[in-house]
Amino acid sequence: MHGSTRAAAWGLLAAAPVTFMAAFFGWPLGAILARGLAGTDAADAWDVLSAPWTVSAIATTAQLAVLGTAGSLALGIPTAHALYRVRWRGRRVARAVVTVPFVLPTVVVAAAFGALFARSGPLGLLHLDQSILVIVLALVFFNVSVVARIVGSAWAATDPSTAIAARTLGASRWRAWRDVTAPALAPATMAAGAVVFLFCSASFGIVLVLGGGRVNTVETQIYLQVGQFLDLHAAAVLALVQVVFVAVAFALSSIAGRRGALARGGREIDGSRAARRSDLMLTGPVLGITLLLVLAPMLALIERSLRTGTGHGLDHYRALVTLPARAVLPVSVAQAAANSFVTAAIATVVAAGLATLVAVAVTRGPRWIGWIDAFTMAPLGVSAVVIGLGMLLTLNRSVVGVDLRQSWWIVPIAQAVVALPFAIRILVPAMRGIEPRLRAAAASLGASPLRTWRTVDAPLLRGSIALAVGFCAAIALGEFGATSFVARPDRPTLPTAIARLLGRPGLDNVGMGFAAAVVLAVLTGAVLVTAEGLRTRVRAA
Amino acid sequence: MSGLSVEGLSVTYSTGTQAVVDASFAVAPGEIVSILGPSGSGKSSLLGAIVGILPIAAGRVSWDGEDLTRIPVHQRGFGLVFQDGQLFPHRTVAGNIAYGLEVARVPRRERLERVNALLAMVSLAGFGARSIGELSGGERQRVALARSLAPRPRLIALDEPFSSLDTELRGRLARDVRDVLHASGTAALLVTHDAAEAHAVSSRIVRIREGRVTP
Repeated sequence: MHGSTRAAAWGLLAAAPVTFMAAFFGWPLGAILARGLAGTDAADAWDVLSAPWTVSAIATTAQLAVLGTAGSLALGIPTAHALYRVRWRGRRVARAVVTVPFVLPTVVVAAAFGALFARSGPLGLLHLDQSILVIVLALVFFNVSVVARIVGSAWAATDPSTAIAARTLGASRWRAWRDVTAPALAPATMAAGAVVFLFCSASFGIVLVLGGGRVNTVETQIYLQVGQFLDLHAAAVLALVQVVFVAVAFALSSIAGRRGALARGGREIDGSRAARRSDLMLTGPVLGITLLLVLAPMLALIERSLRTGTGHGLDHYRALVTLPARAVLPVSVAQAAANSFVTAAIATVVAAGLATLVAVAVTRGPRWIGWIDAFTMAPLGVSAVVIGLGMLLTLNRSVVGVDLRQSWWIVPIAQAVVALPFAIRILVPAMRGIEPRLRAAAASLGASPLRTWRTVDAPLLRGSIALAVGFCAAIALGEFGATSFVARPDRPTLPTAIARLLGRPGLDNVGMGFAAAVVLAVLTGAVLVTAEGLRTRVRAA
Repeated sequence: MSGLSVEGLSVTYSTGTQAVVDASFAVAPGEIVSILGPSGSGKSSLLGAIVGILPIAAGRVSWDGEDLTRIPVHQRGFGLVFQDGQLFPHRTVAGNIAYGLEVARVPRRERLERVNALLAMVSLAGFGARSIGELSGGERQRVALARSLAPRPRLIALDEPFSSLDTELRGRLARDVRDVLHASGTAALLVTHDAAEAHAVSSRIVRIREGRVTP
């Protein structure tokens, strides 16, 4: 093929994801900028920024992010030791338990902590309902597995003989840990902290449901401005604040991440060792606290979903197919779940398909095409709430005779934008990991490039594609931040229905909300277990 | 002129460094030639350019007078054996050997016969159903050799095929490879840094140093 036709072919391949992102991410973000900065005049923007509720929302966002990160690190580092550095029977089960929260949708996490700390809940006596502390605990619940996994893998790969060398030079165990082990773990700890800070500063669903209107972050203020005060200008200004906030967190995260990657390098080492009695004294109790923090809310959620006026039963689950009382929802929860299925399926196909194109272009294409990687990863650096608001602003009109507001397909598109970066981050390393000389071997045996892709690349990628599809489906099923802005009231998804049910009075409605949260958790879990099963089956074959 | 002919071949890395400068030599059909040189001398780049997996900066590669310089790898009809085999991990031993035959649309019956004949030729009869993970280093290299011989290439390129093996196994496999190549009548180009190996396997040696072929 000639150079120019080659370039044209790659350009054509990249065109689909680039057009998609420009239309459904770039344009909406531009609309926020235009609305927030231009709009009327600059003084207006300053009025919004200097309003007491804005200042307090920014302070709360920062406070939650700092406390959530600190809590996750404090609990996550000892947990990493217990789950990755030392080997013991039951370690695999404990690891799986600690990983569960991270894959749960935010509204489910919020529902679980609501069930635990509500006035009628097991810990209702503490009167922590709608407090900062409960939100911080929920954030720690969500992120402790992130810290444990990142720091834990670094810890398991740390050469224990360096610490032993320090011991032979007269260092005490504590001294050896402080002088040798801790510095080796520092890059991974920083990377984990930065990622968690990023997640904590964009935890809309948790704050909205658990804060109950009393605790407000920048994101929930955006939601209030749109939903209650109909002030799109103020919402746009706040969205810019959120963009700056998350961009800083994202920049810190990628710097720390790069350092972590640099520090790793070198040979693979198994630094794990059999558990000792002293581990039980040191990190054992922390692992106990982590497991308690993970299990208690989930058990409280299940108990609460089964509790009825007269005892326990499946009443709330039966009610999921009926219309809720007091017209909280225009449809049954079962109908909302069906909506979720359809939108998640479309979002998954779109996101996984585009991610495959991006990954092929980035890993196999000419160097100049590399920028589309950064371009399509951009939604990670902007919170889902901002994506949702931007779509609301841009699509609040009719384009060539089609009234976009009336179009339900905006919801799967928004979810695909949110899921796309995650799918790309799964597929790009998987494609990079395929030995290029395998392709050369196939070519030397007479296989054309297309045939090589079909008989070498595709079979080797099947597992990673299954995982990416599973992740996209799980993210789309549980997506709340963007969806809550673009879903039409008469066509709720399961997460937006749960938030409404939990946010409105009426004991039965709340019970239904908890039951719906259990259903959503089970659905998400089933999707991920299936994807993981496909992946490991492929690997074993 | 019959066989492989390399004229004035140069290979330049993307960094601008010249890996091979103005290399010229020939290989007759059925002849086994070694390219001998120290590591970093450009011998693997030379081989890669001949097979077609590296771009050629200048010069010409031809077979029986037909210019192959612009022909992509998969249409050159040259087999390739890597240092570490590069067997397809998702295929069995027989599946690996059959790959080139499937690409060439060889009918199933004939394919099975050829695979079994090749397995016997590399002393691995009965190994067809095994997965790649069960093989030792020496067995992998035998399968890689059988795989590249299967579609009956005009020439087979071997890039340090024994260097990941231990000394004793290396010597035995080198002799086996020579016998297999002679039996099949395939021309071969062996890249190696080991002079003893070059003498044991090939009938002629081309020396290369700092990217230049020395007489």
